[in-house]
Amino acid sequence: MWVFLLRAILQRLVLLVVISMIAFSIVHLAPGEPSEVDPANPRMKPEDIARIRAAFHLDEPLSVQYVYWLRDLATGELKSFKDSQPVLPKIWRRFLNSLPLFICATLIVWSLSFPTGIQAAIQRGSPFDRTTTFVAYAFISIPGFFLSYLAIQWVVDLFNVPIIGMRTFGMENAQPAFRWMDRLWHLVVPSVMSAIAGIAILSRYVRSQMLEVVRQDYVRTARAKGLPEESVIYRHALRNALLPFVTMFGFLLPGLIGGSVIFEQIFAWPGLGRLGYEAILARDFPVILTINFIAAALTLAGTLVSDILYAVVDPRIRLQ
Amino acid sequence: MAELTQSIALEGESALPKPETPLQEAWRIFKKDRLALSGLIVLVLLVMLAAAGKVLTEWVVVFDPATVRLPDKFLPPFSPVSPALIPAAHHPLGGVYLLGTDELGRDVFARMLQGSFVSLSIGFIAVGISVTIGIILGGLSGFYGNVKLGLVSVDTLIMRFTDIMLCFPTFFLILTVVALLPPSIYNIMIVIGLTSWMATARFVRAEFLALREQDFVVAAQALGLPESRIIFRHMVPNAIAPVLVSATIGVAGAILTESGLSFLGFGVQPPYATWGNILASGRGFIFDAPWLFFIPGLAIFLVVLAFNLVGEGLREALNPRLRNR
Repeated sequence: MWVFLLRAILQRLVLLVVISMIAFSIVHLAPGEPSEVDPANPRMKPEDIARIRAAFHLDEPLSVQYVYWLRDLATGELKSFKDSQPVLPKIWRRFLNSLPLFICATLIVWSLSFPTGIQAAIQRGSPFDRTTTFVAYAFISIPGFFLSYLAIQWVVDLFNVPIIGMRTFGMENAQPAFRWMDRLWHLVVPSVMSAIAGIAILSRYVRSQMLEVVRQDYVRTARAKGLPEESVIYRHALRNALLPFVTMFGFLLPGLIGGSVIFEQIFAWPGLGRLGYEAILARDFPVILTINFIAAALTLAGTLVSDILYAVVDPRIRLQ
Repeated sequence: MAELTQSIALEGESALPKPETPLQEAWRIFKKDRLALSGLIVLVLLVMLAAAGKVLTEWVVVFDPATVRLPDKFLPPFSPVSPALIPAAHHPLGGVYLLGTDELGRDVFARMLQGSFVSLSIGFIAVGISVTIGIILGGLSGFYGNVKLGLVSVDTLIMRFTDIMLCFPTFFLILTVVALLPPSIYNIMIVIGLTSWMATARFVRAEFLALREQDFVVAAQALGLPESRIIFRHMVPNAIAPVLVSATIGVAGAILTESGLSFLGFGVQPPYATWGNILASGRGFIFDAPWLFFIPGLAIFLVVLAFNLVGEGLREALNPRLRNR
């Protein structure tokens, strides 16, 4: 067990270094540099550009730049190109903003897709199954920002509440109850919107897992023993169908970064995805690279956690 | 009726019904799925529309999607052209804007036609790239997995590389690369393709590992067939089913990704019209000219839905394990 853990961690560290090298070379080899963000400015002389390049170490070979980046990241000295703010606290603040959105969306996804998926699998071929199947496809197929605009328009028209941003400007001195209501309104709509695709995918997955398990011999045995149907479904089948989903806990965190760009942009939510988008626009290499690095680290940690969890819940799996 | 009696008579003669080919069987199962069948019909219509759109917008002047007619801007669907202000050469077909006009008086119908070809080709080319890479890497890893290259085997090398690619947050990576590269429709296709082959590679590897042990492959090897023939004639056709399914769903994903990129301003740039960038520019007029927003949005929705439904129908039809449930 400990040997497995040690080897898994070492392997993942090597992977992480390779990933960061690839990300580094992609970002640096692509045309466009921070010194060229404002080429139309007549006051930018060649010597100014050279000075900027030297200040950011952009004039040195790639390998040296990589070492600089790694050293600064490790010591926490890494500064953004755009505003010279330290990168890690900047990312941490945005991460804290993204967190409620992410938790809320995940709760919505998990609490809706499990009942739907299980019910659809039990009543396979019923109107309920066919309706949820179709709705799931519709949810996957609709462009997220299209639906979000419709939702914004609808909510604002119907309930007359502002929902863009994290809170309404000028509510800082209001009663706590009003402030919380305001926060909640701002939180719910983007969470629902970013949960929609997840609901569709996860409920389909739950359904297919349940269908797989219901055909197994031990379920037939349970029925043959004369157990009530509820007990067969929820105690024998469901517990086995849930096994793969334990591993999904491990993959949840990386989703914080990738999928949120569009929704944070629509709802003007100052989160991690939006920070990445702004960094890309400004060619802010340290921020882009660090976000990428954190995402990769979270994914790798996620796979490790899911491997371990799987071994914990499923005695048929042994780690070696 | 006569044909029916004839066929019954024929069946009586041969005693045994003709054995179905696997393709016929798959089609029989696919046909039963109403949703998948309607998806397929939508897709066939769409491909014809896209081809027609390419022809009409390239060579027929009334369908020029780039014609600017400022007096006729923001006309709702089915409005007639104003003949006094617009030169006859710029009139749309039949003098009616079928889907209205946009903020520059361009014919939305013509732009949607042009966009259908561009959107579809982005989907197909991106998926073509990802499927090609996936089959090559997965096949190499599954077939030549045991070959050693120095310290590590081919399998380890390729699968670790796949793991590395899976660790990148995909949409963020696509966004980074597309934003840093000069804007071009080809870059978008290539980048989407290069970042989405991992699932295919894993499928193909798993299928190849299973197929390598099967009797017919062992027999082919015993016959001394060249390896390329074993791989491409005997193994790839047997491994292609899950790839086909994920490719169909992948086209849907690529079209959605393109619309997401367009929304963020990094999609296909003008003068090309795609459904994604018509939608993205239409969002500014959601109150004044809702058709600029709803028409491309619903079109994307319908087409992506059709691709997903066909993919799911294919999954049911091609997967023998799911069949007798």
